[in-house]
Amino acid sequence: MTADDATGPTARRRTASVTACPDGPLLVRGDVELVDDRGNPVDRHRATVALCRCGSSMIKPFCDGTHKAIGFEAP
Amino acid sequence: MRLPVDRGPLSAQVRQVLQAEPGSSSASDLAPAAAAALRTTDDLLTDDDVQVTLFVLYELHHRGFEDVDDRWEWDLGALAARGLLERALESTLRARVPVPDAVPPRRRAVADALFAMTAPSPGPSVARYVWRHADREQLVELLVQRSVYQLKEADPHTWAIPRLTGAAKAALVEIQADEYGGGRADRMHSALFARTMRGLGLDDTYGRYVDAVPAVTLASLNTMSMFGLQRRLRGAITGHLAAFEMTSSLPNRMYGDGFRRLGADLDTTWYFDEHVEADAVHEQIAGRDLAGGLAEQEPELVADILFGAAACLYLDDLVGTHMLAAWERGESSLRRPVTAAAEGAA
Repeated sequence: MTADDATGPTARRRTASVTACPDGPLLVRGDVELVDDRGNPVDRHRATVALCRCGSSMIKPFCDGTHKAIGFEAP
Repeated sequence: MRLPVDRGPLSAQVRQVLQAEPGSSSASDLAPAAAAALRTTDDLLTDDDVQVTLFVLYELHHRGFEDVDDRWEWDLGALAARGLLERALESTLRARVPVPDAVPPRRRAVADALFAMTAPSPGPSVARYVWRHADREQLVELLVQRSVYQLKEADPHTWAIPRLTGAAKAALVEIQADEYGGGRADRMHSALFARTMRGLGLDDTYGRYVDAVPAVTLASLNTMSMFGLQRRLRGAITGHLAAFEMTSSLPNRMYGDGFRRLGADLDTTWYFDEHVEADAVHEQIAGRDLAGGLAEQEPELVADILFGAAACLYLDDLVGTHMLAAWERGESSLRRPVTAAAEGAA
């Protein structure tokens, strides 16, 4: 490992990204810690997660597709 | 698995030929036999003889059969027969399946079209029935019906990976990695399904219940294999996956609740609960990055992307209608009864 690795493929892979899907969830990729309002870690079951944006998911903070059933339109 | 029981003259002949050494002269009889079966079929999608034959010929490319020499996979006689049957399957689907037109080859437009095609509808569905009404025997039937695909869940779509490039390929790998458990064998969706089967006292051996499922269930799986095995149809397998993912999260919540209603434990419902969360991720990636991304890379594939999605929905609907109609008549949706051990969790 050299100092160059900081900008190499490993560093790039860990860069977090959040994608706002039109009228849908926020897709979160990369090294992001999810915590609840007390700071307790929220179990993350997969590399890429979808966070609820419509407020109606039954598995919050994750998306369960309910935005489609309620016709959610993102602001 | 071993070769399934034959369901008519064609599958009987295929069964006999495949149990011999590859390269035998009898292999050249398979294509004429397939042509003869196609001439007499009333409805290809519900023709047991044709669909079980196609299942057998495709399974040579999946995991094969204990009683069939693996070299049959690339035998020209077997491939000629498969070619005739799958061309008939493709033309049947293209003639019957309504596909939206005038969708521009843009990421957002393709994703919007796919989400519109798969929008939740209030009508009767297997998921709603399972949620509210199904009894334990019907849950067993549901798992038996699903097992022919779900024990190899994701495999037909994986064939598309080397045929794609760039953003579309990265998207497909991202989805499939999750389907295959993100590096953990016990979290593979096929492994979770096996766990659910065991929870209801079923045998989770690959291919165990093929003889029990009707032609229409095999047609649904055969269509996936056809789309996945042919590079020409890479648009269709991509659209198929998008539609599959987009019609998964909400129904799987109902399946999970239906199984819980009958006392299933968390281990047994894990498969459904996992899909509620996973497919809400996958449907976004599949609709936008995979299907939408492919449409921008290869604009001439838009029609096939939508065809693949529409074919998925059409066949899902046929299978669902078959199951609900049987259950409403108080009958089994299976060809032959299946016995589950009584000590299952539900």
